[in-house]
Amino acid sequence: MNGVHDLGGMHGFGPVRPEANEPVFHAPWEGRVIAMRRLMGAWPGYNIDAGRHAIERLPPVDYLGFTYYQKWFQSLIDQMIASGTITPQELTSGRNAAGVPVATPPITIANVAKSIAPVGSFQRDTGANPRFTAGDTVRARNIHPEGHTRLPRYVRGHIGTIERDHGAHVLPDSNAHHQGEAPQTLYTVRFAARELWGSARNEADAVYLDLWESYLDPA
Amino acid sequence: MSGEHHHDHDHDHDHGGQDIPSATALRVKALESLLVEKGLIDPAALDAIVDAYETKIGPRNGARVVARAWTDPAYKARLMQDASSAISEIGFTGSERPHMIVVENTPGTHNLVVCTLCSCYPWLVLGLPPVWYKSTAYRSRAVIDPRGVLNDFGLTLGDDVAVRVWDSTAETRYLVLPERPEGTEGMDEEALAALVTRDSMVGVAKVVAP
Repeated sequence: MNGVHDLGGMHGFGPVRPEANEPVFHAPWEGRVIAMRRLMGAWPGYNIDAGRHAIERLPPVDYLGFTYYQKWFQSLIDQMIASGTITPQELTSGRNAAGVPVATPPITIANVAKSIAPVGSFQRDTGANPRFTAGDTVRARNIHPEGHTRLPRYVRGHIGTIERDHGAHVLPDSNAHHQGEAPQTLYTVRFAARELWGSARNEADAVYLDLWESYLDPA
Repeated sequence: MSGEHHHDHDHDHDHGGQDIPSATALRVKALESLLVEKGLIDPAALDAIVDAYETKIGPRNGARVVARAWTDPAYKARLMQDASSAISEIGFTGSERPHMIVVENTPGTHNLVVCTLCSCYPWLVLGLPPVWYKSTAYRSRAVIDPRGVLNDFGLTLGDDVAVRVWDSTAETRYLVLPERPEGTEGMDEEALAALVTRDSMVGVAKVVAP
């Protein structure tokens, strides 16, 4: 979706301001939010792409005004209510509604290690022949899907070069909508800074993105 | 679009994550209680995850990878060829591992990592990202004006240095292998690891000799 989350190349957000001696969390609730998201990620119906899309669908004013962990928290609630995991009434009361059975968590203290480490591999062995090989010239498609995509606006329509083939990876555009993993070959594509941003840029500078096969046409 | 938002957040926080609205803390607590009561999450697992992020994962892991690469050419070759396997050699991962890629800084090439669409970051080797990495300022500017962003960090590069920006759009995670600074020839792996900063492995700083 052409959302406010697709920030690459926008102006007006000011300088980058690093914080000296930044703590891991600025308040204890931030740690609780990230841990809740990771634990809920083990339940059927939750995946990383759907989680990202839930953040993208926050109202733009909230997206820009919330802190990172506020975005994670609100989008987690949105996902849980939309999927029927919890109801707004339960969220308000903080109590399980009468008659709703108590579940058994898929991640317990005994097997928690696998939800601390980053997500598992998204590579899939499909046996499909890749359409492109390193060195090929490609053009990022000028497409504007209303759903989730990982093709940023700033490269659409631009010409790049295939740098590397990563094999087939789960396609977020499908997985985010619970329409299956639909794996496709993932490529690192090099775009010259001048191709993206004009002739004033340094000739040797470049931006590299990892893009799925269906995002690209031969050029 | 979802019409099911229940936003009662207050707007008295600033945008850098410093000032914490207590209303959010209370709402988070309420959600946690509900999820525990429903049996959806194990509270002990929740505590363990928070503890791991605070004490176990972090940029010291990445620093050990960099120091090993600086001192062991065979390890560096494996790291550049298959970073996921080479990183797991050092013991930071179990059966699951992300698709890691290491990009090397040289006198003529400087690498910078960003995620313009969200905040993808190599948690395995760097821990959780700092606020600036997740900020709209960094995410918007790193791809169009990387040299300006580096100036914000006090790093000015000459025109003879090519800047490569890596936008983390997939489940691939990038770690910058910074240049080993001059004057560190006599240092061992452990001493070198102590010099390697998080910022140098994201690509917004160089490593400096003590």
